[in-house]
Amino acid sequence: MDNRQPIIKLSGINFSYSADSSVLNNLDFTFYDNKDRVGFMAPNGSGKTTLFHLIMGLLRPDSGTIEIFGKTMQTEKDFAQIRHRIGLLFQDADDQLFCPTVLEDVAFGPLNMGKSKKEAIDISRRTLNFLGLSDFENRITFKLSGGEKKLVSLATILSMEPEILLLDEPLTGLDTKTQSIIIDVLSKMNMSYIIISHDIEFLKTTTNRICSMKHGKIIVDDEVYVHHHDHAHTLGNVPHKHR
Amino acid sequence: MIEEPFASGNSIIHRIDPRFRVAAAILYSFTVALCYQFQPLIVALAVALLSVIFSGVGLKTVFKRLIVVNGFILLFWIVLPLTYKGKILYSLGPVDIYLAGIVFAAKITLKSNAILLILISLIATMTFATLGHTLSRFKMPDKLVFLLMITYRYIFVIAQEYQKIIRSIKIRGFKPKTTLHTYKTFAYVVGMLLIKASERADRVYNAMRCRGFTGKYNSLSDFQINIQSFIFILIMTGFTIGIILLEIQYHG
Repeated sequence: MDNRQPIIKLSGINFSYSADSSVLNNLDFTFYDNKDRVGFMAPNGSGKTTLFHLIMGLLRPDSGTIEIFGKTMQTEKDFAQIRHRIGLLFQDADDQLFCPTVLEDVAFGPLNMGKSKKEAIDISRRTLNFLGLSDFENRITFKLSGGEKKLVSLATILSMEPEILLLDEPLTGLDTKTQSIIIDVLSKMNMSYIIISHDIEFLKTTTNRICSMKHGKIIVDDEVYVHHHDHAHTLGNVPHKHR
Repeated sequence: MIEEPFASGNSIIHRIDPRFRVAAAILYSFTVALCYQFQPLIVALAVALLSVIFSGVGLKTVFKRLIVVNGFILLFWIVLPLTYKGKILYSLGPVDIYLAGIVFAAKITLKSNAILLILISLIATMTFATLGHTLSRFKMPDKLVFLLMITYRYIFVIAQEYQKIIRSIKIRGFKPKTTLHTYKTFAYVVGMLLIKASERADRVYNAMRCRGFTGKYNSLSDFQINIQSFIFILIMTGFTIGIILLEIQYHG
């Protein structure tokens, strides 16, 4: 892949939750800097979320190596150092939002990174503003709607100013308005990300390569091209759709 | 669901630094709890009532809360006069009613209501978040403060999980009866809820680790000490000392 640098490199990863079934089987995956945008589309249970958790160091592989930002990750300390550079958006926003108010939740990451209160508040306000949530500051997190929770979750990630985003089914269960806000935000940002989704149209507009997973391995499709076929069949003159 | 009906407001009490309010409430509550004489207890109740009026909270809502607590206290009024032995006030056949029991029940009523009112006016007038931050300023262990805040946040989520399970057993025609099947089903509900809560806790903790959490909770809130706060703590200390002096004066 041209001269881009790999920032996440997984080699020979094996992982299983229990002895009798393996989730990832000798998996290799490389992710690059400079606007590498990968979509993962695979059936449930094929190990996509597990893969994200391995990258963040929330789970450890049974074997294989994980290199992130050019460094081999081994201990919790290694992962703790890189976590703020990678923003993971969880599938369920209720897992991510735990502070009573929105502003506190968005400022939680920056404060942990050692920023002063003022800096943390400033950056949180900027992030909320960027997502069109400027009047949300003092809202109570658990009283937000599903779509609002998702956007605030995204804000809590973006406020850490990560270099990479890992988005785990960011559109699932959202109304079309919130969906289009998220698509819009992704297109405005100038960063590399990996998205897990079942929505092919969404991945086609937001990513530049789509991978699938089978038998614990990643199957790489090269670049995604939106393309047309000419074809003929009976009743072709009647408006219709193909599946 | 936990509502915070008193937390939003702009009364004199609301504007006082939360740390001063918590300190005054703790001091006052302990003093009242340790009093035994009627005179200081009556004064304590009057001061608490005054504090509620100053806090500008809805008296109707306060009254409703008092009813709930006094419902429990009613039990003391039933049990104590029959069991707290002393001078017999009245004999109903084989049952004796003791004066000391009635006096004791009356004191408990006064104490509880005074403490409840002072807590409503001083503590319930701040949000849960503010209370948590205040407690952490008082050097309460981080873990306890964190536990308090997380409980408050996730009690709703766990309630939702509970509703989901209840719905799923209802749509399959479950009606609670006094049968082994019912007990077993409820045991499953509780068990499932525990598992779900524990899994949720794992996921929340993971999400927090991803955002650099190492066990120290940094609070955003800044407390403003104003002149009213000092006047308030002076007045409250004055009342507390007054109550203590009354107690000493009327003691035995």
